[in-house]
Amino acid sequence: MSGESLLEVTDLVKHFPVKRGILIDREVDQVRAVDGVSFTVARGETLGLVGESGSGKSTACRAVLQLLKPTSGSVKFEGREIAGLGRRQMRPLRREMQMIFQDPYASLNPRKRVGQIVGDPLRRQKIASGSELRQRVQELLERVGLSSEHYNRYPHEFSGGQRQRIGIARALSLKPKLVICDEPVSALDVSIQAQIINLLDDLQDELGLAYLFVAHDIGVVRHISDRIAVMHDGKIVEQGSADQVCEQPKDDYTKKLLAAVPIPDPRESRERAASG
Amino acid sequence: MNGGAPLLSVSDLRVGFVTEAGRVQAVDGVSFELRPGEVLAIVGESGSGKSVTAQTIMGLTRSKNSRIEGSVKLDGEELTGADEAHLREVRGERIGMIFQDPMTSFNPVYKVGDQIVEAIRAHRDLSRAESHQRAIALLDSVGIPNAAQRVDAYPHEFSGGMRQRAMIAMALSLEPDVLIADEPTTALDVTVQAQILRLLEDLNRERGLATILITHDLGVVAEVADRVLVMYAGRVVEEGTLDEIFYDPQHPYTWGLMGSLTRLDRPRPHRLPQIAGSPPSLLELPQGCHFRPRCPHEFSKCPQNPELEARLPEVPGHCDRCWLTPEQKREKRQVEGQIGLEAPS
Repeated sequence: MSGESLLEVTDLVKHFPVKRGILIDREVDQVRAVDGVSFTVARGETLGLVGESGSGKSTACRAVLQLLKPTSGSVKFEGREIAGLGRRQMRPLRREMQMIFQDPYASLNPRKRVGQIVGDPLRRQKIASGSELRQRVQELLERVGLSSEHYNRYPHEFSGGQRQRIGIARALSLKPKLVICDEPVSALDVSIQAQIINLLDDLQDELGLAYLFVAHDIGVVRHISDRIAVMHDGKIVEQGSADQVCEQPKDDYTKKLLAAVPIPDPRESRERAASG
Repeated sequence: MNGGAPLLSVSDLRVGFVTEAGRVQAVDGVSFELRPGEVLAIVGESGSGKSVTAQTIMGLTRSKNSRIEGSVKLDGEELTGADEAHLREVRGERIGMIFQDPMTSFNPVYKVGDQIVEAIRAHRDLSRAESHQRAIALLDSVGIPNAAQRVDAYPHEFSGGMRQRAMIAMALSLEPDVLIADEPTTALDVTVQAQILRLLEDLNRERGLATILITHDLGVVAEVADRVLVMYAGRVVEEGTLDEIFYDPQHPYTWGLMGSLTRLDRPRPHRLPQIAGSPPSLLELPQGCHFRPRCPHEFSKCPQNPELEARLPEVPGHCDRCWLTPEQKREKRQVEGQIGLEAPS
């Protein structure tokens, strides 16, 4: 899993101004959503970013992708500084870094057919068109466990898990090196979560993808990640190998987070309750 | 937990809806009993019928296009046929309910305290000032700091955990005997979830409140439940005590749910065991066992409908809907030393 880092984030800061005033906006305060965060993701590696709501993990992802302009700090992709690049300059880089979203009901355009949704990045980047485009989309659909016959269907015809597969197919269409997964399974039923996690695992092995995997469920994060970074109040409080962070946490917040996860074992949870 | 007359008894409850696409049987013959102080967990995925069951107990699924059969008895009194005025008395007064999303369960333009006051005064002949005092005491009892000030806050001024506490305070404002909690912690962070679960546990112990907890999270179940119903596609597929369900599960769907959990207390498996396929559409249910198309252990008997019955002679309270013999089940559920559902080949 070692190797040169694909993504290198150093001292990333994203503050949102709090403004007051009617005619003249005065900045009265700042929300320090991401407050000096550093991490790296190597090629083919999964870094799990775990934290509770409001910890800044989603803001950090968006700042990495330049969907939000970072206040300060550096984001290097394959050694190249991308912090502060404009939309136009980012466009060629979008092929390399893609995103999978939390809510498969909100992230797919309900008025477009599956084929259009999945093929859209290929068309926009002018990589394929016509029958070649169709063929590539059908291959993608099959690769994520759907059928090529789903090409002409609409998103509402699919279940949550299948929709998430459509989102994954779209993200993979440009053969990215890095995929940022923002809570990709938290909206799914338990029995479907495992399917999607296994699919992401398989695709990583097959395509050599690197994942930045963001989630609040530390059990899921531990399963899929090589390394884990724990975020709290805009800062990374602990970073290490997945097993190390989960089995020998050093930071108090990490310990608190781990202790709060209910264990699906009645005897053990009775013991935990008895020992306070 | 045992003995005593049941507070709530539901028998052979069926709820059907007429939809544009056809008739669906959302709940297909659910029965259970709930005793004072008991916590019954109903576990299942979306579409399993667990929320419809809860809503039907409260009389919230009555409509032109629904058909409700079977019986719901509270202290021996039938609720399915009761008139709307009587049901309004039961709701809040006898059965309280809390929902998954504390963000949308309060009216955003009224103060939290006023909403609790309104609930109290709709049922009790108390002055505004007395009800206000009552609301403060309630908020205080569910662990809201500075209740005397917070009572005048608007819902958006509360955090998610605080809002869920306020929801619980409102549900308890008329001292009901039964609390129905529908995914009460799903929208909350784990650290907040732990606090809310502890609060529910205290309420059970201190007030003898009987609780129906609806959840998809087996970790939450293990922490608080006494008995468990596992639902799949409108039916109960397994029922038993907490320990029976966790340590001697009889239905392959239960095995699958257990096996697919990412557990912090065990070494991580190379590959997460998964349940193949997806839950069936209620419009096209398979004949016989509804779990059959996803089950790797399907055999010739499965197209016949297995009844929910005790299949272990020594444990009459532990029921399931699976044709395999108890010996076969004990053998087949072992996947790499743990309980799980082997992937269909």
